[in-house]
Amino acid sequence: MTAAFALLLRDLRLGLRQSIDVAIVVLFFLAAGILFPFAVGPAPGTLSQIAGGVVLVMAALAALLSLDRLYQPDYEDGSLDGLILSPLSLEVVALMKALSHWLSTGLPLMVAAPLLALMLNLPAEAYLPMLAALGLATPILSLLGGLGAALTLGSRRGGVLLTFIILPLYVPVLIFAVAAIDAARLGFAGQQNFLFILAGLALATLALTPWATASALRQAVG
Amino acid sequence: MPSFEGRELACQRGERLLFHHLDFTLDEGEALILVGANGSGKSSLLRLAAGLSRPAAGALIWDGREITRDLDLHHRRVIYLGHADGLKAGLTVRENVKFWSDLDGARGSLDEALQTFDLTPLADLPARFLSAGQRRRATLARLALDRSQPAQIWLLDEPTTALDRDGQAVLSSLIQRHRSAGGRVMLASHDPLPELLGRRLRVDDHLAAVA
Repeated sequence: MTAAFALLLRDLRLGLRQSIDVAIVVLFFLAAGILFPFAVGPAPGTLSQIAGGVVLVMAALAALLSLDRLYQPDYEDGSLDGLILSPLSLEVVALMKALSHWLSTGLPLMVAAPLLALMLNLPAEAYLPMLAALGLATPILSLLGGLGAALTLGSRRGGVLLTFIILPLYVPVLIFAVAAIDAARLGFAGQQNFLFILAGLALATLALTPWATASALRQAVG
Repeated sequence: MPSFEGRELACQRGERLLFHHLDFTLDEGEALILVGANGSGKSSLLRLAAGLSRPAAGALIWDGREITRDLDLHHRRVIYLGHADGLKAGLTVRENVKFWSDLDGARGSLDEALQTFDLTPLADLPARFLSAGQRRRATLARLALDRSQPAQIWLLDEPTTALDRDGQAVLSSLIQRHRSAGGRVMLASHDPLPELLGRRLRVDDHLAAVA
C-alpha cells in the first residue's frame, strides 16, 4: 500500500512541478471547443443540440494529449525496469498510473467542462448529467489510455498509433454519455439508465485494463 | 543452499544473435564479473538474469527451478541497476531515493543511506543539477537501503562509471558486506574495482559467428 501510494505521489508531484502540462490540456479543451460556435454558427438551438457531443469529444482529444507522458519517461530513464522488478504488482502500477492521469487530466477537464457548456448554450437541466457522464467517461479514458500508452511504448510515432487504438474503444462510451446528456436536455424519462450503462462500462474497463496494461509493459521492456 | 545458474543461454537483440552457449553459475557470496567488448551482450545478460527479458535459448535456474515459472518471485530476489539511472530530474535527491526506498519496502533510515554515499549536502537539490558522478551516487544509494527482505542478487551494469575514488571504495565495501551476508553479485564492468575479487566471465568467448 505504501509502495502504491509512493508511486502515485511521485507522479502527481512530477506533474505538479510541470503544471504547464495540465494547463495546456485544459486550454486545448476550451480553445478547440470554442471553435464550434464560429464554425456552425451562433444559433442557440443548434449549439445546445451539439453541446454534449462537443464536450465529450473535446474531453477525449484533450485526454489523449497527455498520454505520452504516462509511461514514456519511465521507459526511457529506466524507472520502468525498477517498477517491474519491485514487489509492487504491475497491475497495481497500471492502476496507479491511470489514477494519476485522471487526477491531472480528467478532474481538471470536469472542472472546465461547465464553462465550455455555457459557451455552447447547454440547457441548465443538462449540467448535472453532463458532469456525471464526464465523471464516468474520463476514468475510462485514463484506463484505456494507459493501455494504449503501454502498447505503443518504444514505437516510433507512438502518439498517432495510440489515437487509433484508443478512439474506436471510446465510441461506446461516447454514445451513452451523449445519450445521457441529450435525454436530460429533452426531458426524457429514464435518463439515468444511460448513466448506469456507462457505469457498467467503467467497471468493466477498471477490471480488465490493468491486466492488459501490465502484460504490455512486460513486453515493452523485454 | 540455492544455486543460481544459466544454462546454454543465447541472447538475441533485434535480428542479431549476440551470444550463445553461455553457461554460468553463481553461488552464495560469489561475484561474477562480466567482461567483454562494447556490444558483446554484457548488459543483455544482466537483463536476462533479472528476468526482464527472455533468452532466445537456454534457461536460468534458481534452486532447480526455471525462473520463468514464477517471475514475480525472482524479481523480488534482485536489485538491478542498469545504465539508465531512473532519476527524475524534477525531484530532489532525497525524493528520488525515498521513492525507491518506499517501493522496495525498506525499513532503515533514509538519511543513513544518503550519508553512505555522502549525499546529505545534496539531498534537497533537484536531480537535474547533479553531475554524472553525483547521479551515479544517488542511484547506488539504493544498495545502501536496509530492505525488509534483502535482495539476494545484485545486478550492476557499469556501476563505477563516473564514480570517483571515494565512491568506488564505498561501493566495494557495500558489495563486500552484501557478499559476506551470502548475497550474490553480477557486475558488468570495463574497469572492475581493484579490490573486488570474483570470477570473470568473458562474454566475448561466446559470441555468435556473424552470418
